[in-house]
Amino acid sequence: MNAGAAGITSARQLGTLLGLLALCCVLWILTPHFLTVSNLLNVLQQSAINAIVAAGMTFAIISGGIDLSVGSVLALSGIVLANVLQAGGGLPLAVTLALATAAACGLLNGLLVTGGRLPPFIATLGMMSVARGLALIWAEGRPISGFDETFRLIATGRPLGVPAPVLITLVVYGLAHVALAHSVFGRSVYAIGGNEEASRLSGVPVRWHKTGAYIVCGLSSGVAAVVLTARLNSAQPTAGIMYELDAIAATVIGGTSLFGGEGTLVGALIGALIMGVLRNGLNLLDVSSFVQQLVIGIVIIVAVLIDTALKRGR
Amino acid sequence: MRGICKQFPGVVALNDVALEVQPGEVHVLLGENGAGKSTLVKILSGAVQKDAGEIALAGERVEIRGPDHARRLGISIIYQELTLVPHLSVAENIFLGKAPRRWGLVDWRQMRHDAERLLHGLGLAIDVTRPVSGLGLAQQQMVEVARALADEARVLVMDEPTSALTGVEVEQLFSTTARLIARGVAVVYISHRMDEVFRIGHRVTVLRDGRNVATHRLADVTVAELVQMMANREVSDQYPRRQVARKSELLRVEGLTRRGILHDVNLSLHAGEVLGIAGLVGAGRTELARAIMGADPIDAGRITIRGQAARIRTPAAAVRQGLGFLPEDRKAHGLVLSLSVQHNIALPNHQRMSKWGLLDGRRERRDAQRMIEQLRIKTPAPDRITRWLSGGNQQKVVLAKWLAGHADIFIFDEPTRGIDVAARRDIYELINGLVERGAGVIMVSSDLPEVLGMSDRVLVMRLGRIQAEFDASAVSEAAVMNAAFGVAS
Repeated sequence: MNAGAAGITSARQLGTLLGLLALCCVLWILTPHFLTVSNLLNVLQQSAINAIVAAGMTFAIISGGIDLSVGSVLALSGIVLANVLQAGGGLPLAVTLALATAAACGLLNGLLVTGGRLPPFIATLGMMSVARGLALIWAEGRPISGFDETFRLIATGRPLGVPAPVLITLVVYGLAHVALAHSVFGRSVYAIGGNEEASRLSGVPVRWHKTGAYIVCGLSSGVAAVVLTARLNSAQPTAGIMYELDAIAATVIGGTSLFGGEGTLVGALIGALIMGVLRNGLNLLDVSSFVQQLVIGIVIIVAVLIDTALKRGR
Repeated sequence: MRGICKQFPGVVALNDVALEVQPGEVHVLLGENGAGKSTLVKILSGAVQKDAGEIALAGERVEIRGPDHARRLGISIIYQELTLVPHLSVAENIFLGKAPRRWGLVDWRQMRHDAERLLHGLGLAIDVTRPVSGLGLAQQQMVEVARALADEARVLVMDEPTSALTGVEVEQLFSTTARLIARGVAVVYISHRMDEVFRIGHRVTVLRDGRNVATHRLADVTVAELVQMMANREVSDQYPRRQVARKSELLRVEGLTRRGILHDVNLSLHAGEVLGIAGLVGAGRTELARAIMGADPIDAGRITIRGQAARIRTPAAAVRQGLGFLPEDRKAHGLVLSLSVQHNIALPNHQRMSKWGLLDGRRERRDAQRMIEQLRIKTPAPDRITRWLSGGNQQKVVLAKWLAGHADIFIFDEPTRGIDVAARRDIYELINGLVERGAGVIMVSSDLPEVLGMSDRVLVMRLGRIQAEFDASAVSEAAVMNAAFGVAS
């Protein structure tokens, strides 16, 4: 038995995974429609946005912070994308500028936290409002709709039979995993979240990597913005409201500690899937959206309760 | 306590351990790091449940269900790290969770009165309305003792209570302890400082590798015998000698000033030497170490490394210049406890262990394995989380961080605090090995025999200044103390 980090975290992940499978089994019994290929692909597709945002959120939370601005940054980034597309800027330029906008918001968050020494909660709360405001001003409060078919392929395409958003999610998680688990940056993010002062005294460039975590978080909102805009065929300045809470929930269900220093991307992905499966299943069962809110809230609390109990037990 | 057993994943922490303490006795618990002292204390405090064995209090068998239950049973623990609430007053801390009440509200006057009575009984005059954060470490410790008394403790465990105290403060603690045992309290005393152990203790129980070695009256044993029981090997000369010639200058500090804290500090460190820094707690020794490392901003001063002017604004810059720093408080500043042994060791060495920003996991593990063997770090595996290691082994991990890299200027702030004799010896030999290989070591220590025994030169700090410099081989402890207190000798 391995009592090290890998042992404990993978046991924790196995628990979350079992939770997901158990949930699927229950839904399979309750409704035959659940376990069909088309419905499962549908669940994956609907979970994609939350999963992508949660990937970035995982970096911010492991670094010991949080990013409340992801939903607003997503909206702003979507407006930039739509404006450039409609102005005839072409897809590559539009996507680049959308991602750059999101990364810039992340950079600003990071600088406010590291340079301005604001608590992450406050800095990103401010950014949440600023980015939303900019999106609304720029779009004059109205959605920007109607794009050409090539762009819409980002949401509707099915290379090898797999919906494109699902593939994009996998690519995002693949890159994020390499960054978090195998790069100097990722390791530093864990170290900073675990003990910032000890990391600093060990020569880790704390401000640099901490800012990096917020940039990654912003970037993932940008990617989500591209996918969402393509799926809705419309960029809305009011998009992404409450997405920060969904992303935080997915991350936390996946076992990432809100105190920082611990957590995994696989956990966040499973967390996002649990939320997606739950929503889909409750829809199939014709449960009202009011009740859905209640159920998801309970799931979050129970997941963290189990986590805390496990940690105390070891 | 009889037949106490405890297993943790991968390690047997305690195997059939017995401990018996009489009222009015100071019973010393001795053992190397990882011998099981802390685990035994945790079982007594209710923080950890035993796997087997029994505990009897005043002849009555008890099952300690948790920390709160232990307190109600009259078992109090004073840990190395103090557990007071800094912003609350002395009286509030003493009566935390059990304030005297009148009509459901806290009876402040009664509380102050009771707190004063308790402290007076311990021979202390501390203003009970002051916040604890304004007190010295020693006084804070006394407040902890008073809190234990307010709990009507019958058994008081003191875990390395003097590790952060200076000479005078230790005396204060000892006289307080004497009053405690006069009241019939049974004291379990854990310390690595042999002189203290012999002064204060009546009997001693030695643990090794989670087992009892022996229990003796302290009057019947010698230091050498105890050390041998702990280590089961001859630990002869306490401070191993080395023969190294002093070579070129590695580090020069000129006019280092941090307003209100450090004043015009000058020093130079050569390859092949240990430069000791002595002084009272609060004399600015840790602050000096941190300033050189770039951990705190400075107002003035020049630092020259290997003859080149160096700008060290951040610890990262210091690490690039080949500096390594072992902080005084290993849990708060030395380690990321949530990371594994190997990841902690890699922390200052990311640049060397990576290519294109990606870490070489195999190399990381190999380096960690090498350090684990070289420093004899007791851990089941390199990926063990450092939180679960014993204090001495954690300290070795902090050392390993810097030894795994290419640092050649080492600043060790209290490197042997809270560490047992055998591990101390390991660390001394390691320091000697470093200087023999041409490194320079600055060693801050409150342990006077240690700083004199290990150093070539000793600087004495007082009130943020260098008060005196001595040749360590030709100076008496008294002369150093005089300089530290600012007394002309």
